[in-house]
Amino acid sequence: MEHAKTAPADGAHLVDQAELDDLQERFDATIAAEQRIEPRDWMPEAYRRTLIRQIGQHAHSEIIGMQPEGNWITRAPSLKRKSILMAKVQDEAGHGLYLYSAAETLGIDRTTMTEQLIDGTAKYSSIFNYPTPTWADMGAIGWLVDGAAICNQVPLCRASYGPYGRAMVRICKEESFHQRQGFEILYELSHGTPAQHRMAQEAVDRWWWPALMMFGPPDADSPNTAQSMEWKIKRFTNDELRQRFIDMSVPQAEVLGLALPDPDLRWNEATGHYDSGEIDWTEFTEVLKGRGPCNALRVSNRRRAHEGGAWVREAAAAYAQKQAARAAAQAGGGAAANEERAAAQGSGQGSAHDRRMAEAS
Amino acid sequence: MNGADAHAPEPQAPAAAAPAGQVAEQTAGQAEGQRAGQPAGPAAGQAAEQAPDQVAGHAAEQTAAQPAAYGMPAVADELEAYALDPQAGTPLTAAITAVPAEATARYALELGDDALIMAQRLGELVAKGPELEEDIALTNIGLDQLGAARLLLQYAGRGLGRSEDELAYFRDESEFRCCALVEQPNGDFAQTIAKVFLVAHFQQLLYGALLGSADEFLAAVAAKSLKEVDYHVEHADLWVLRLGDGTVESHRRMQQGLAEVWPAVAELFDDTGNAELITAGIAPERAGLREAFEARVAEVIEQATLSVPTAAPLMVGARQGRHTPHLGFLLAEMQVLARQHPGATW
Amino acid sequence: MADERGTRDATASGEDRRSPAEQGAGVAELPARSWPLWEVFVRSARGLSHVHAGSLHAADAQMALENARDLYTRRSEGVSLWVVPSAQITASDPDRRGAYFETAGDKVYRHPTFYARAEGVPHL
Repeated sequence: MEHAKTAPADGAHLVDQAELDDLQERFDATIAAEQRIEPRDWMPEAYRRTLIRQIGQHAHSEIIGMQPEGNWITRAPSLKRKSILMAKVQDEAGHGLYLYSAAETLGIDRTTMTEQLIDGTAKYSSIFNYPTPTWADMGAIGWLVDGAAICNQVPLCRASYGPYGRAMVRICKEESFHQRQGFEILYELSHGTPAQHRMAQEAVDRWWWPALMMFGPPDADSPNTAQSMEWKIKRFTNDELRQRFIDMSVPQAEVLGLALPDPDLRWNEATGHYDSGEIDWTEFTEVLKGRGPCNALRVSNRRRAHEGGAWVREAAAAYAQKQAARAAAQAGGGAAANEERAAAQGSGQGSAHDRRMAEAS
Repeated sequence: MNGADAHAPEPQAPAAAAPAGQVAEQTAGQAEGQRAGQPAGPAAGQAAEQAPDQVAGHAAEQTAAQPAAYGMPAVADELEAYALDPQAGTPLTAAITAVPAEATARYALELGDDALIMAQRLGELVAKGPELEEDIALTNIGLDQLGAARLLLQYAGRGLGRSEDELAYFRDESEFRCCALVEQPNGDFAQTIAKVFLVAHFQQLLYGALLGSADEFLAAVAAKSLKEVDYHVEHADLWVLRLGDGTVESHRRMQQGLAEVWPAVAELFDDTGNAELITAGIAPERAGLREAFEARVAEVIEQATLSVPTAAPLMVGARQGRHTPHLGFLLAEMQVLARQHPGATW
Repeated sequence: MADERGTRDATASGEDRRSPAEQGAGVAELPARSWPLWEVFVRSARGLSHVHAGSLHAADAQMALENARDLYTRRSEGVSLWVVPSAQITASDPDRRGAYFETAGDKVYRHPTFYARAEGVPHL
């Protein structure tokens, strides 16, 4: 059985043009009817590739995104904040995992995607290439970065590709506390000691512009947007989402008692939106090209975890094989001892454990 | 005892009144727990195994005093922190207003410090797991430990006149009462598993014995934590089996990991300074848990085709504040920010 | 999420592994590709069916169960879990949708609304 079906690229089994047209027509009709494309449906190769790229980048962003916050878990200034931060970073691992699973339905496996990440061929959100020098960055990431992510993600719950949309629904549900905890961190700091307030303002100064860049290049320079919108993977343009985020953030900053670092930010009665200053896209491009403050660090950390874990993954696989072989030998009526039978009981659970759990229940 | 019983509201209004909002929140949390309809977990069975009479009696007390949560800010705080698990903390509401005597508070500190330092070590591993799924699993264990640590430090703090954060962030190394085992570095994944394995088995026995404690609060924390620790035991046992009976390399590493931390095991069963609490029925005698501990871990270790290490015990008195050199560095990292801003709230 | 993914190829599911002896012998390490994929089904409350929640990787069934617990029930979403190796799921072919499913469309007599005479009659 195959994964997602696409137009054959290698011509190994030729599909005639009429049949291809027919498939394309059915695909277009499904999209037009706001129905979802599911893994085993036929889909154009470009649609599949776009999804793999986008979902993969999204998954990598979640996983790399664990690092800037992860480095404050051990230094969190209260036990309450420590538990919240641990739970949040753990969620990010989970979200990466949901997304990798969605991408896997398109015929790419997670190991391949991880390898693309650590060899630098796959991208992830540039925002995570910025450092987190102070605790206030935990607040700014939650409020601004997660806030921007939510703007991006909520419309993706309706993405035309079923598994992607479903993963996003789960993620959006779980993320609802992420932005709030960030806002709360900043609020406490802003209303705390002068040193804490300063820390909060500096973090907002550092994260505001990179957060705006998270929405991607301006529409005029975003060649993929039109096609993605036509396929209903994307529902709004980069600039539309960015504007929505700005409009949301300005009053929130007022509640926080913190300034947004844009002197041109002002309410425009005519448009009903906030006008804002020019984004420095050269910085965006630099970071994107790998010259951000933490690009190399993030990737090398990920590489170390993945490569360093190889022996563990192999061990677990080897053990599973042994257990399966033992179970097979035992099923074959071989000379399996009682102990062996208990050990091989499908679950891979040991007899010591089985016995104890049996006693306990 | 079953889930419904545990949640049966039978208000016995406590002295402290609470703002209405808080009560509503608490009720919602309980309703949520009830909806999930979780049956009595392994802890109940475990408890029965340990000390049937005391446990049954204790459960009844807990049920009766259950809604006494009204108004204790620490509880609301806890529920907020445990939003991930609406059931967490509910049985504890009974005793949470209790102020322990100083000796009991110091004992709670031993338990809490073990859990806190264990959580801190696991916190170091976030985003470094051998596979994403295992990253999540170890963080879960860390969160369980941190949750238990907070409850115990809050309780100890009420007896000692300090907040949980003052205890965690403004005590020096020699004031910490954790055992040397939890201080040990994570090492490779095998060493981490070895530590989680040994700590989980120890805590399973200790919390099991604590269910019968004369101290209501400690018994309640034990009941909550035992469910969590039962899972830690399952998780760690399976990894010891996988690594021990996996590849040649994993076998070597698992054996090495056990050897690294084994010298710190003996200290777990040291009762120095706790004689009065043991007599009073507040603290279980740890020495009495040793035989069961050794039997349980040996069974898993041998099944994993490994051998029980024979290393000599570490010469420390961590429970008296004489720690291994690792703790100082761990605390330096953990406390740095809080100490830069004394008196600040976060 | 892995709804209809079906069987995985051998390299992806980690079938091709050397014996522990070979691995310990200093042969250049070939990393195992991935642990096999599992589909997770969660019963959210007693009385309800298990519903597909997503998928994950695990080396064995017990690990799959534990991972499912940590991944899909962190917020008390479940009271029971099933895990099934993705490779064990046989799915219907979307190209056969017509033959499989559309043929049921004209069997209106299977629906109670087809029977107009019973309209308004008590207990029918």
